[in-house]
Amino acid sequence: MRDLASIALFVVVVACTPLVTQSGVALNFIMMALYACLLAQAWNILGGFGGQFSFGHALFFGTGAYVQAIAQQYGVNPWAALALALVASALVGVIVGALTFRYGLKGSYFALVTLAFAEVFRIVALSVPFTGGGVGLMVPLRESAANMQFATRAGYLWLVLALVTVALLVSAWLRHSRFGAYLQAVRDNEDAARAVGVNPFRVKLAAIALSGALMGAGGAFYVQVFQYIDPGIAYGPSTSVEALVAAIVGGMGTLWGPVLGALALHVLADLTRNLFGQLPGINMVIYGSVLVLIVMFLPRGIAGIGVPVRWLRAVRRGDRNG
Amino acid sequence: MAETLLAVQGVSRSFGGLQAVTDVSLDVPQGSLCALIGPNGAGKTTLFALVSGFLRPDSGRVHFRGEDITGREPHRNALLGMTRTFQIVQPFAQQTVRQNIAVGAHLRTAGRREALAQADEVAARVGLAAQLDKPATDLTIAGRKRLELARALATRPQLLLLDEVLAGLNPTEIAEMIPVVQGIADGGVTVLMIEHVMQAVMNLAQQVWVLAQGRLIAQGTPAQVTRDERVIEAYLGHGMAARLRAAEVLA
Amino acid sequence: MLDFGILFPAVLNGLTTGAVYALVALGLTLIYGVLHIINFAHGAALMLALYAVYLLKEKLGIDPYLALVAVVPGMFALGYLLQRVVINRASHGKDENILLVTLGLAIVMENLALLAFKSDTRTIETAYTLTTVAIGPAMIALPKLIAFGGALVVSALMLLLMARTDLGRAIRAVAKEKHGARLMGIDVDHVYAMSFGIGLACLGAAACFLMPAYYVNPQVGGGFVLVAFTIVVLGGMGSFAGALVGGLLVGVVESLGGLYFGESLGQVGIFAIFIAVLLFRPQGLFGART
Repeated sequence: MRDLASIALFVVVVACTPLVTQSGVALNFIMMALYACLLAQAWNILGGFGGQFSFGHALFFGTGAYVQAIAQQYGVNPWAALALALVASALVGVIVGALTFRYGLKGSYFALVTLAFAEVFRIVALSVPFTGGGVGLMVPLRESAANMQFATRAGYLWLVLALVTVALLVSAWLRHSRFGAYLQAVRDNEDAARAVGVNPFRVKLAAIALSGALMGAGGAFYVQVFQYIDPGIAYGPSTSVEALVAAIVGGMGTLWGPVLGALALHVLADLTRNLFGQLPGINMVIYGSVLVLIVMFLPRGIAGIGVPVRWLRAVRRGDRNG
Repeated sequence: MAETLLAVQGVSRSFGGLQAVTDVSLDVPQGSLCALIGPNGAGKTTLFALVSGFLRPDSGRVHFRGEDITGREPHRNALLGMTRTFQIVQPFAQQTVRQNIAVGAHLRTAGRREALAQADEVAARVGLAAQLDKPATDLTIAGRKRLELARALATRPQLLLLDEVLAGLNPTEIAEMIPVVQGIADGGVTVLMIEHVMQAVMNLAQQVWVLAQGRLIAQGTPAQVTRDERVIEAYLGHGMAARLRAAEVLA
Repeated sequence: MLDFGILFPAVLNGLTTGAVYALVALGLTLIYGVLHIINFAHGAALMLALYAVYLLKEKLGIDPYLALVAVVPGMFALGYLLQRVVINRASHGKDENILLVTLGLAIVMENLALLAFKSDTRTIETAYTLTTVAIGPAMIALPKLIAFGGALVVSALMLLLMARTDLGRAIRAVAKEKHGARLMGIDVDHVYAMSFGIGLACLGAAACFLMPAYYVNPQVGGGFVLVAFTIVVLGGMGSFAGALVGGLLVGVVESLGGLYFGESLGQVGIFAIFIAVLLFRPQGLFGART
C-alpha cells in the first residue's frame, strides 16, 4: 500500500539523520519538529478525521505529562509510566467524550467545552499538592536507556520518531479501515451515517480516546526531554493551539498534512526566533496569523494544494482510491 | 398472503403544539413496493423518521420483522435490515462516490477491500459506475439521488425507505430512475417510497397510503386511491371532488 | 459564615461586576444571534479596549469615562472592519472556519499585546479611584457603582437601538431570516459588519467602565471570554434578557464563590456551571430549543 511505503521511507530517512550529523542543534531541531508532528497528528485524529474540533487538547497532553512525572516519583519505571500515561489520557478522553457526545455537543459548543475542561484542569493542577502546585514537578536526572533518559539527542529523537510512527500508522489505518470510514462518515454527515448503520457515539468516543492517548504520549515525551512540568505548560492554551494550527495549516484529515504543517510552523518559528530574538508572544502571533490566513485563503491546508492534481491522476489511472 | 415486514400501529408525534402525525397505522407486506403520498406538510417524512428511529413516537408502536423496534436508534434498525434515504440528499461531501457507497457496504463487511468491491457492484446497478472516483460533490442532483440510493442498497436492506428519490429530477431522469427502483424491488427488497411524482406511483406501487395533515385518509391500489374523494379534496381542496364529478372528468 | 455584613457587600460587588459582565455578554450574544458565530476573539478585543483606555489615560491624560467618546466608536470601527475584511472572507460557507478564524484573531491580538506591553499588569489612577460610597453596611468603590450604572445605561441604549431604529429592525430581520432579508433589499454583509461592530462597541464601553476599578494585562481576555460564554450559554444564545440576567447572576456567584472558596476555585465554579449548562440545558434559561 502506498501509505505504508511512504511511511516506511519517511521513518528510515529520519532515523538515519543522527548517523549523518552529530550537530546537537540540528538533531534538536529535528527532534522538536517531530514532537510538533506528534501533537498535530494526535489532534488530527479527532479534528481532521473526526471533524470534532477540540480547542483544549492540552487536556490530554497535561494528563499524560503529569502521570509520567508523578508515576516516576513513586518509583515506576518511565517506560511503564508511558503506558500509564497513555491509558490515563485515553481515559480522560473517554470521560469527556462520554459527557459531551452523549448530550450531542458539536461544533462550537464542543470546542468551548474542551477549552473549559483544559482550563479547569489547569486551575486544579495549580491548587492541588500532588501536582506540585504552581511550582511544578521535576523528574530527577538519571541517564540510562532503561530510564528513558538519553545521553544524546539521538536517543530522544528515535523515541519521538517511534511515537510519530505509531501516529502515522494509526492515521493510515483510519484511511483504509471500516472504523476510519465510519469516523469520516460521521464527520461529513452524521444523520446519513446513522441511516446506514453507524453508531456515532461509539465512533466518536473511540476517536477521542485514540486522539487523547497520542496527545498524552506527547506530554509524557515532553516530561522526559525537559524533566519538568507545571500547570501552565501542561494545560495551557499554547499546546492546544500549536497542535490544532499545525494540523489545519498542513491539511486536516490527511495522512501527511499534520506532518507538513508541524514542520512548516516549526521552521517558521525558528526563523522568527533567529530574526527577532526571544520576543515573548511572537511565536503565537505568527501561529495565529497563519491560522487566519490559511482559513481565509487555503482552507484545505498545504496538503490540500495538491488535491485537484490528485483527483486528476486518480481518475486517469482508474485508481482504486481509498 | 405475504408476511407483514413493517407494522406501524397508531403512531403519533407532536412538536410543541403542532400535531405532526396522528394515529397512523399501516402494514407493509414483505416483497412489496408501496408508496406513501400526500400533500406537502402531511407528515410523510416525519413518519419515516418515526419508523426508522430518528424520532421517537409519542404513542404507538413500530414492529419490524416481528420485533418491536419502537424508538430504537437508526443504526440498530439498519443492522436489522431497515435503511432510509433522505429527501434532501446527504452525501459524504469530502469523499468519492465509491467511498460513499462503501460506508453502506461496511454494515455487512468489516474488510475494506470487500466493501470497496461491493461499492463497485452496487454502483453498476444504479448506473454510477462511470463516476466512482469522482468526489460526491461533483455529481448532479440526479447523480446524488442515485448515490443516496446506492449507499442505502449497499447495506443490503430488507426494507428500503425511499424519501422522494425522484424529487428534483427532470422527466428523462425520472424515466431512467423508475426501472432502477423496480429492479431493486424485483431483487427482493421491500420498498416503501414517499413520492410526489404520480407517474412513478402509478407505475410502481402495489399499495398506496395517503397521508394528509398527519392522518391516514385513504389506502388501496393506486387506481383506488386516486379516485378516492377524500384524496382529491386533500390535494385540490374542499369541494373539488364534487366539482370534478360535475364536470365529468371522473369516469 | 452567613453574616449579613459580609454577604451584602459581596452581593453588591457581584452585582456591579455582573453588570459589566452583562454588557460584555450582550455584545457576544448579539454577534451570535445575528451572525450565528461564536466570537472567540471577544475576550481579546476587550483586552485591547482596556489597553486603549489605559493608554489614553497614561499618555493623554484623558479620563476613562470621557474616553467613551473615542473608545466606543474606535471599537465599533475595528469590529466592522474585522468582520468585513477578514471573517466574512474566511467562512467559505462553513461554520468551523469562522470558529478557527476568530480563534486565530484572538491569538494574534493577545500576543501582539504581549509583544507591545509585556505581561505586566497595569492599572490607572484617577481622582476617584479610591473613593467609596456607603450603601447600608457595605462600602462600595465609586468606580464600581459608576460601572454598574453605566453598564445598565449602555445596555438599555443597545436594546432601544435594536427595538426602535431601522438598523435594529434590519439586524433582527437578518438574524431571523437572512435570505428573506436580502430579498427585501437589506444589505446583509453590511448588517453583519454592523452587528459585529456593535458587539465590539459594547466591549469598548465595558472597558471604559472597567478600567478605573480593574486592571489590564494581555491575559485578561481569556478570563473574560469564558465568563462571557458562560453567561451567554446560561442566558440562552441570542437572548438579550438572558445576557443581562445571566451577567448579574454570574457576577454574584463569582463574588460569593470567591468569598467562600478563594479566587481560583471560584473560577472553577464558573467553569463547572458552564459545562453543566452546555451538557444539560444548552438552550439556557431564556433560549429556545433549536
